Amino acid sequence: MSDLTRLTAAETAEAVASGKTSAVEVAEAHLARIDAVDEKVHAFLHVDREGALTAARAVDDKRAKGETLGPLAGVPLALKDVFTTRGIPTTVGSKILEGWIPPYDATLTRRLKEAGVVILGKTNMDEFAMGSSTENSAYGPTGNPWDLTRIPGGSGGGSSAALASYQAPLAIGTDTGGSIRQPAAVTGTVGVKPTYGAVSRYGLVAFSSSLDQGGPCARTVLDAALLHEVIAGHDALDSTSIDAPVPAVVEAAKLGNVKGMRIGVVKEFSGEGYQPGVEQRFREAVELLRELGAEVVEISCPSFTYALPAYYLIAPSEASSNLARFDAMRYGLRVGDDATHSAEEVTALTRAAGFGPEVKRRIMLGTYALSSGYYDAYYGQAQKVRTLITQDFARAFDQVDVLVSPTTPTTAFPIGERADDPMAMYLADLCTIPSNLAGNAAMSLPCGLAPEDGLPVGLQIIAPTMADDRLYRVGSAVEAAFTARWGHPLLEEAPSL
Amino acid sequence: MDLVSYEDALASYDPVMGLEVHVELGTNTKMFCGCATTFGAEPNSQVCPTCLGLPGSLPVVNATAVESAVRIGLALNCEIAEWCRFARKNYFYPDMPKNFQTSQYDEPIAFNGYLDVEVDGETFRVEIERAHMEEDTGKSTHVGGATGRIHGADHSLLDYNRAGIPLIEIVTKPIEGAGERAPEVAKAYVAELRELIRALGVSEARMELGQMRCDANVSLRPIGREKYGTRSETKNVNSLRSVERAVRFEIQRHATVLKEGGTIVQETRHFHEDDGTTTAGRVKEEAEDYRYFPEPDLVPVAPSRDWVEELRGTLPELPRVRRRRVQADWGLSDHEMQSVLNAGAIDLILETIDAGAPADAARKWWMGELSRRANEDGVELSALAITPTEVARVSALVVEGSLNDKLARQVIEGVLGGEGDPDTVVEKRGLRIVSDEGALGTAVDEAIAANPGVADKIRDGKVAAAGALVGAVMKATRGQADAARVKDLILEKLGAQG
Repeated sequence: MSDLTRLTAAETAEAVASGKTSAVEVAEAHLARIDAVDEKVHAFLHVDREGALTAARAVDDKRAKGETLGPLAGVPLALKDVFTTRGIPTTVGSKILEGWIPPYDATLTRRLKEAGVVILGKTNMDEFAMGSSTENSAYGPTGNPWDLTRIPGGSGGGSSAALASYQAPLAIGTDTGGSIRQPAAVTGTVGVKPTYGAVSRYGLVAFSSSLDQGGPCARTVLDAALLHEVIAGHDALDSTSIDAPVPAVVEAAKLGNVKGMRIGVVKEFSGEGYQPGVEQRFREAVELLRELGAEVVEISCPSFTYALPAYYLIAPSEASSNLARFDAMRYGLRVGDDATHSAEEVTALTRAAGFGPEVKRRIMLGTYALSSGYYDAYYGQAQKVRTLITQDFARAFDQVDVLVSPTTPTTAFPIGERADDPMAMYLADLCTIPSNLAGNAAMSLPCGLAPEDGLPVGLQIIAPTMADDRLYRVGSAVEAAFTARWGHPLLEEAPSL
Repeated sequence: MDLVSYEDALASYDPVMGLEVHVELGTNTKMFCGCATTFGAEPNSQVCPTCLGLPGSLPVVNATAVESAVRIGLALNCEIAEWCRFARKNYFYPDMPKNFQTSQYDEPIAFNGYLDVEVDGETFRVEIERAHMEEDTGKSTHVGGATGRIHGADHSLLDYNRAGIPLIEIVTKPIEGAGERAPEVAKAYVAELRELIRALGVSEARMELGQMRCDANVSLRPIGREKYGTRSETKNVNSLRSVERAVRFEIQRHATVLKEGGTIVQETRHFHEDDGTTTAGRVKEEAEDYRYFPEPDLVPVAPSRDWVEELRGTLPELPRVRRRRVQADWGLSDHEMQSVLNAGAIDLILETIDAGAPADAARKWWMGELSRRANEDGVELSALAITPTEVARVSALVVEGSLNDKLARQVIEGVLGGEGDPDTVVEKRGLRIVSDEGALGTAVDEAIAANPGVADKIRDGKVAAAGALVGAVMKATRGQADAARVKDLILEKLGAQG
């Protein structure tokens, strides 16, 4: 067959199942692609050549025996280095976990393996998923395949870059404040943050427990839906996991029809701080939805203005507690264990050496926000804002089926540009954060290139809790219409590496 | 420094106490994971990603532990929360896998209750502030260094088998008005709570194994003043006697400091079993701020009212009520009853009676021979290698005349020594009473022949002298004769009337 790395996941699975190619050939093609381009992109922190080929052989053996293969059997995937993988390093982009080999698989990892998905390796990320550019990785930045001097988004920049550079047709991300959607937007790929609780967090190294959510990343809406169905579903090991049937996302992606749907444009996500080319492409996407038969109305969600400050109290607060376990006592980095330091000093020295500046900044923020005397003013107040945002969404979804907005205010910025300006960096998640605070589902998919810089712009679709299928229904319709207009998928305009 | 006497301390000050008791629940698995809880297992053999706090692991609440917590709450006359959450208590310590303890903070599962205790026949009501669920920490063993504490140790060993064992922490409201009886009230409260926990079947509550641990807060205020004094908190007091001694010592220590014009420092203290004193724990430079916040990895616990009422129906007879009933049934004086309670014998005696023994015999065995043996071995009665059923069997053998007291004691010795059940021991040791009239008759004849002087006295009507001949016969039969029957035979043969 021609270049196997250019196939979609659905096409790859079909080719493997029908015997047009083998899972091993597919894996080898992707491993060769990684060898060829990842030195430049740096999407992967760890490539598991052996594991990938073993998994691929198992799929081929199964097929040879005439057993039924799952819908993604033999399809390669790039796994964000935040999910534990038994026997394979898991660093979370941090020095503090360098060399740690988890003794257990995350539920998501287990489900991927059981589905015959071939895990190629672990992808780069901002340390502990804290960041919007992947520059906070302790292992160096990742380049955006559209322009290697620019950021691929974050925290899941490794996963989005792997997709955009054809190193894998599928990837996994986690979205705490936009870490799936923003990387998807700036790399011209598709990323979905499912409803909170839809995908098990067991084995997801926690940043902010009440916000973290694993989700699918892909180059097409249908591929994302296929992956969504594999990883979602109730897990008794995660108390916050939803015990209800997974919405029929694949069916919705195949349907791809917005006729008669009511779609709301979030009024608050425009104006100052938004790049003109981003706003232009967004307006065109809204126009397209109208043309496709949707009824578009403007919706105001006034509390969204407070989402960013609320997020930067809640997420660091939980992080300050979640990251306390990295104390050098049981795993990971250990500094100062030379018989001259006390246990307390070893913990302090290890944390000083093992955590990067952004992680330390957030631990300090969170520790402060939870301190007695400040709790009510900060953490308590932020939780109230969270409730207001949830109520804004509820009111909005009384009027419309989904909301839309630009995914990010700007296209990919140059590596280094915002590295020393945390506030500027935080603004990248302005439009994505409300859905994390409220727990509802959201997707980003490409809606064109900004005229001024020729870089991808993301359209965000937001659906109510447990209505993830609506994302796919709308996303698939938009994708089909845009692809027809452009004559090819947007990603084909990216430079070949 | 010379301590102010207890009497002098009480003459000037009114003690106020607050007791915090931790109970390890006897669930098969841990609070938030499926690991076993077997006591004394190989270190770090009962661990998993969750109780080791590995990155990515998550907790899941043990439903049995919640049920136990609700039943404890109900037995303590508490209100049960309709909705409550777990909270994280954040602090760093090497044996805390996550460096936060998953506990409850301002939303405990049970609150506003009381427990009535008796001191010298008077009832004293101890009010309960709250009972909440939490997890235990791992266990540190500090090697090297003089104190056995972390400071000055060469290295430390960490065993995480205990990490995640379910705990219920029961906190009293300030206990006021106990006056000079404060130490006894503290002891009686802990004792009563222990009985209650055992009766509920939620824990064996063995203090010597750390399954129940008490922190005692004590403060003094000048008599007549309303405002509480500064408190000290004596941690991990691990026997009933120690609770009483620790409170007593702290009352005297506070009074001494106050009398000399000093001020009490709010601090944690350690109790020393050997001399009954307490010493200050490490002084913390800054106030501990645990930064509590609701545990985001768990969903709220919302016990339905129907379930709570169903659990109320499973509550056993409360120990205090049962004690009253038993005391009346057995016709014991308060003093006798107290001995039974102090020995921890009430359940064993009741079970022995249930197994068929007469009440007085059951009590006699447990409070007599078996208590003596337990004392010798330095263990609790319940730890002896004999079951109530076996004691009942020994008793039955005595009642039917197969054993006398002396033989019965030998049977018990055999059972405790692992020789088998009572019937096996009787068989193996050949301990049945000699009831063969011919053999007994011969032994009696021989005793009379060997002691002509005594025999004459008996013939002259000095029946009391028969004791010497009975003794000789018992000696000759190695104790395996029925003494009463022997006496009858002697009197019969010598023509005397008993």
